[in-house]
Amino acid sequence: MKGWMDKFKALFLVSGIALILSGCGNPYLSALQPKGEGADMILDLMILSIVIMIFVFLIVMAIYTYVLVRFRQKKGNEDYVPKQVEGNHMLETLWTVIPIILLLILAVPTVQYTFALSDTTPETTEGEDGENAEEAIWIDVTGKQFWWNFDYRGMDIQTSQDLYIPTDRRVYLTLSSGDVIHSFWVPAVSGKMDVNPGKNENEMFLNATEEGVFWGHCAEFCGPSHSLMDFRVVAVSPGEFDQWVEEMQNVDPDAQPESDVAQEGKELFAENSCLNCHAIGSSPAMMGPNVTNFGDRSKIAGILDYNKENLVSWILNPDKHKPGNLMSGNYTVPSREDANKIAEYLMTLSPSEIGPDDAQDDDYLQPKKKEESNNEETENKEDETAEEESKDEE
Amino acid sequence: MSTATLEKRGFGATLWDYLTTVDHKKIAILYLLGGAFFFLLGGLEAMLIRLQLMVPDNELIGAQFYNEVMTMHGTTMIFLAAMPLIFAFMNAVVPLQIGARDVAFPFLNSLGFWLFLFGGVLLNCSWFLGGAPDAGWTGYAPLSIWSPTHGVDFYAVGLQISGFGTLMGGINFIVTIVNMRAPGMTYMRMPLFTWTAFVASILILFAFPALTIGLFLMTFDRLFGANFFVPDMGGNEIIWEHIFWIFGHPEVYILVLPAFGIFSEIISTFSKKRLFGYSSMVFATVLIAFLGFMVWAHHMFTVGMGPIANSIFAIATMAIAVPTGIKIFNWLLTMWGGNIRMTTPMLWAAGFIPTFTIGGMTGVMVAVAAADFQYHDTYFVVAHFHYVIVGGVVFGLIAATHYWWPIMFGKVLDEKLGKWTFWTFFIGFHLTFFIQHFLGLIGMPRRYWKFLPGQDLETGNFISTIGALLMAVGTIILLYNVIKTTVKGEMCSQDPWDGRTLEWSIPNPTPHYNFKQLPLVRGLDPVWIEKTQGNGKVIPAEPVNDIHMPNNSFLPFMISLGLFIAGFGFIYRPDTSFGYVLIAIGLIITFGSMLIRSLKDDTGHHIHKEDLEKEGAGVE
Repeated sequence: MKGWMDKFKALFLVSGIALILSGCGNPYLSALQPKGEGADMILDLMILSIVIMIFVFLIVMAIYTYVLVRFRQKKGNEDYVPKQVEGNHMLETLWTVIPIILLLILAVPTVQYTFALSDTTPETTEGEDGENAEEAIWIDVTGKQFWWNFDYRGMDIQTSQDLYIPTDRRVYLTLSSGDVIHSFWVPAVSGKMDVNPGKNENEMFLNATEEGVFWGHCAEFCGPSHSLMDFRVVAVSPGEFDQWVEEMQNVDPDAQPESDVAQEGKELFAENSCLNCHAIGSSPAMMGPNVTNFGDRSKIAGILDYNKENLVSWILNPDKHKPGNLMSGNYTVPSREDANKIAEYLMTLSPSEIGPDDAQDDDYLQPKKKEESNNEETENKEDETAEEESKDEE
Repeated sequence: MSTATLEKRGFGATLWDYLTTVDHKKIAILYLLGGAFFFLLGGLEAMLIRLQLMVPDNELIGAQFYNEVMTMHGTTMIFLAAMPLIFAFMNAVVPLQIGARDVAFPFLNSLGFWLFLFGGVLLNCSWFLGGAPDAGWTGYAPLSIWSPTHGVDFYAVGLQISGFGTLMGGINFIVTIVNMRAPGMTYMRMPLFTWTAFVASILILFAFPALTIGLFLMTFDRLFGANFFVPDMGGNEIIWEHIFWIFGHPEVYILVLPAFGIFSEIISTFSKKRLFGYSSMVFATVLIAFLGFMVWAHHMFTVGMGPIANSIFAIATMAIAVPTGIKIFNWLLTMWGGNIRMTTPMLWAAGFIPTFTIGGMTGVMVAVAAADFQYHDTYFVVAHFHYVIVGGVVFGLIAATHYWWPIMFGKVLDEKLGKWTFWTFFIGFHLTFFIQHFLGLIGMPRRYWKFLPGQDLETGNFISTIGALLMAVGTIILLYNVIKTTVKGEMCSQDPWDGRTLEWSIPNPTPHYNFKQLPLVRGLDPVWIEKTQGNGKVIPAEPVNDIHMPNNSFLPFMISLGLFIAGFGFIYRPDTSFGYVLIAIGLIITFGSMLIRSLKDDTGHHIHKEDLEKEGAGVE
């Protein structure tokens, strides 16, 4: 299937519309510039449906224009009474059957892709890769008003707001909400999935095919700051990811920061009971965002530029930046001076050398544990996906 | 008769006449006024939304207020503007098109209107009482259940009351169309607007009970401590989504099918041709309505129903494109070979075809379940449903306003101003919404209070806002046109458009009893048949006889007023025991009025044969 889709896309590129589509939007946000397996597949479907639809539209518009020009009342022709036609069985059958055929053409890949995208059985459970089944990365994503928590299952790693993933392999997510319904959407990498509270847990996969810091949005209306519930997906090369995992696992929550100001900040952070909600390390408490690697955050609270000024401003008055957030009113607001120290401390929390910068440079590190399957994957992505597809079809 | 005597009466008497009327023509005017008021209100809310999103990181209005405005824009436009405006034209035209003297249940008709109005007013009272609903027009749980203000309570109770009215209206039209067709008006001779009104009424009958149940469950959750939709108490939030969309999707067809009917009438009249493929048009209407109940879950592809359910609903949804396509081609072929007059209504019909085709195309695109993982809850969807609802329903309603204004008010709206309305509104519409397809695809989710800079969303949003302002200009021109015509316009002939259906056979102004003698219908487009094959006059099916007409009644107003008062009682009962007093007062008024209605015999009145003959005017 992938094969004919590719040819089709190539044909379409010539006509230029795909080019126009890919020309718009931010490359790390737009669904029209896919940088992931899911987004890529969906763009194929979009283009197929657009082509069919434009074909239909052109026919309608051709008849429409002809009719309006040709049969518009002419001067002096006001009394002309046209023939009262009842219908035409030939024509009516024609415009019933042709749309049905067009829709069938669209329906087949729709069903195939719907199944393919919903398949969250780790890709290595079958066949020769069976022994690698446990290697699959599962991340438990929790959405809360108005932030995201990422719990790397079985790895003792928790992050908030920034989701680190390795490129060129599927990362599996379970999605659940701590309060109302949210929706997890990283347009450039994959389609969205709702994040439901209670028992309606969802699963999906992400597979970034390029390094990058991708925008993530909450797509299901969830309250006053719905539009500010942004997050980032930091896709780094597999080697860098391995390094990040190792360093995150070895984090020492009690490590003393170097500067005096930061040390004071650490004490204030503890004294003001910030720790009750904001864990450092892999503690499962998730009242507020985990701050283990706050020093490497790409944004403050997912929305503000990462600098000390913004962080202090946030600590002093979070409601100004995210109306309706649950931090406001639930903590003792520190003095500006203290907030400065706390900010200083938080910005030193950088247990790993891997940060958003590494997703934006050209370094591509191979995974440390060299496994055949991974090698193939990086060298020959296209074939790999093609194989998966054919597996799915079976 | 009626208008002439009306003019002599004072304002008080006219007001009393409208408060108590059971005449379908006057109820149509009430629906039109009510619907237009809420349309302007919803439009104002739309302007606020677009102004807030004109530039990135805008602080024009706050997040909470934005959510209230956004919620009320959707709720108002669907329930309080589009629905009553559809009912306005159904009331004004359907009895005339089928050759009836009124609807089957005139009292119920009046009750339906007042319930809608009081429900709508109750809902909008929330603006002044602590904040409007803020959970989106879809009111997804548990956000709606946990919303701290009384806003969502007003949503649940207000929509419940106005929903009763809609349900009654639907039942009324089903009975009217089944029972009250004039001699010779068989089902397959009914004008297409009547057909679509009939099918839409059936949809109302089946879809609105789902809303009623959903709103009741929500009311119990919010006001009586139930937990149907609260996940941590054993409820399930997804059930609300299903219930809402089992109602919500057919609702789209309830709105758009009558709009299809309107365009079928207009295109046929102004092409001077019989509707091409009449029977396939009827068939397509029924098929769309049937399929409309099978596709609700396409609003929920990302909820996590699994690939099997997603695929089934995807394919069912695509199937609707076939009957819709049949309709588009039938309209085109109706114009083919015709003698097309580009009047204002026809201009709207001509604008509708490409606009709705685009809306239908994006409809098929969002039906592709896998691709919907990207489209869902973005501005792509916002663009899609505005192309369908504005491009279909609103265009249809404005076209109907111009087309049937002579029936409702005896005057023709100014054609020049009408064309100005069309071009500003039409260009403004496409400017606003076309770009939104792309905004969605490049990463803008819907219901966003603000968008942050650095996402390349600035240009699209700015253009969209400019378009919205242009639409506002178009609406203002329409309003000016209405006022100007009402003040200065002259009475027109009974058939200003060279019409084809029965409503054009009636003298202007329409007599209170519509038809002095019920007409004999000899085929599809009866007036056209008489114009081309007879002497231009519709043949009466009966001699002049006494006409039995219903009496006016103030009870529908009182029944609705009682529910309005009780509604406040239910909303404030958890806060204050005064709520119980309001509930008691309200329910006593409502049930007391019902009791009076049941016990007091009201058999209506007769217009005597002698008076009819004396009047002279009317159908011969």
